[in-house]
Amino acid sequence: MKFLFELMMSFFKIGAFTLGGGYAMVPLIQEEVVEKKGWIDESEFLNIIAIAQSAPGPIAINTAVFTGYRLKGISGAVFATLGAVLPSFLIILIVATFFLSVKDSAVVKRAFMGIRPAVVALIVYSVVRLVKSNDVKGYAFIIPLLACLGIVLFNLHPILIIVLAAISGIIKTIVRGEDMGE
Amino acid sequence: MILLRLFYSFFKIGAFSFGGGYAVLAFIQKEIVNLNHWLLPSEFVDVVAISQITPGPIAINAATFVGYKVAGYPGSAVATLGVTLPSFLIIIVIARFFIRFQENHYVKAAFDFIRPATIGLIAAAAVTTAQASIVDIKSALIGIFIFILLYYMKLDTILAIALSAILGLLLYR
Repeated sequence: MKFLFELMMSFFKIGAFTLGGGYAMVPLIQEEVVEKKGWIDESEFLNIIAIAQSAPGPIAINTAVFTGYRLKGISGAVFATLGAVLPSFLIILIVATFFLSVKDSAVVKRAFMGIRPAVVALIVYSVVRLVKSNDVKGYAFIIPLLACLGIVLFNLHPILIIVLAAISGIIKTIVRGEDMGE
Repeated sequence: MILLRLFYSFFKIGAFSFGGGYAVLAFIQKEIVNLNHWLLPSEFVDVVAISQITPGPIAINAATFVGYKVAGYPGSAVATLGVTLPSFLIIIVIARFFIRFQENHYVKAAFDFIRPATIGLIAAAAVTTAQASIVDIKSALIGIFIFILLYYMKLDTILAIALSAILGLLLYR
């Protein structure tokens, strides 16, 4: 029980201090779980991150579930996940209570007139970085382009797009007859 | 009934949002803005902004916020549980049975296409948030100005939002 509590506190700290979410959390988790506590070694941590990225859901939550499960089974997973979720949950409840009561004030409205276009800029910047880091060039643009048009023009559900992408990826390897020996 | 619908919507969002971070925006927008009308498009952009300046994953922040707005404290608890549960179940299954799942040939093939599709989903979120946010010349200029600072000066996210709030106060009277 003492260990479960320690596990929860570790992920609570990680959840409480990582701004921006996603990859921003990875170095913090590494410091806490690998370096400070020595719960998991470096190479296993990389495996956990790889799986946390490829499975659906937030990377921080996935990493918490995986680490907790490896250390203490289902109860470890429950406590680590609670620790990771709780800070967001509590902070957003406070902000939501406050924001919903002030959002019609003139000052808040004017500030958010400026903030909204900045959010667009942040998202566009993220797309630009992803295109660069994934080295999307030439015909590789077709997939993101189709996915984007599917949403914007044809109003498809994003779930449908993910499923179609997965199926086409699998069909492509089968058609090419690539080596399945491994 | 509303609690059940909140749970189901956020469960779907948790179960299919690959790629982390902004990739979840297209899902939240579809389920929360388009299908259930729990948020207006401009409110959705505000939630994204709030998520950016508070700690934690966007998906969790959005679930807590929307749940609270729609059905108070029980709503926030149910929505947050809904968005977390798929991760929890899927990761435990992977940890238990398919540790080597990422090395499976078909899994790799599927992800070769899911990854670029995710970039497209984020681009779509950019387009739809722009429709709700870029309403006049001033807002277009703020957006372009912040993008330039992000791209060329690697401006910090929190500073970007703080700066844009000041610009909003100065430019909108």
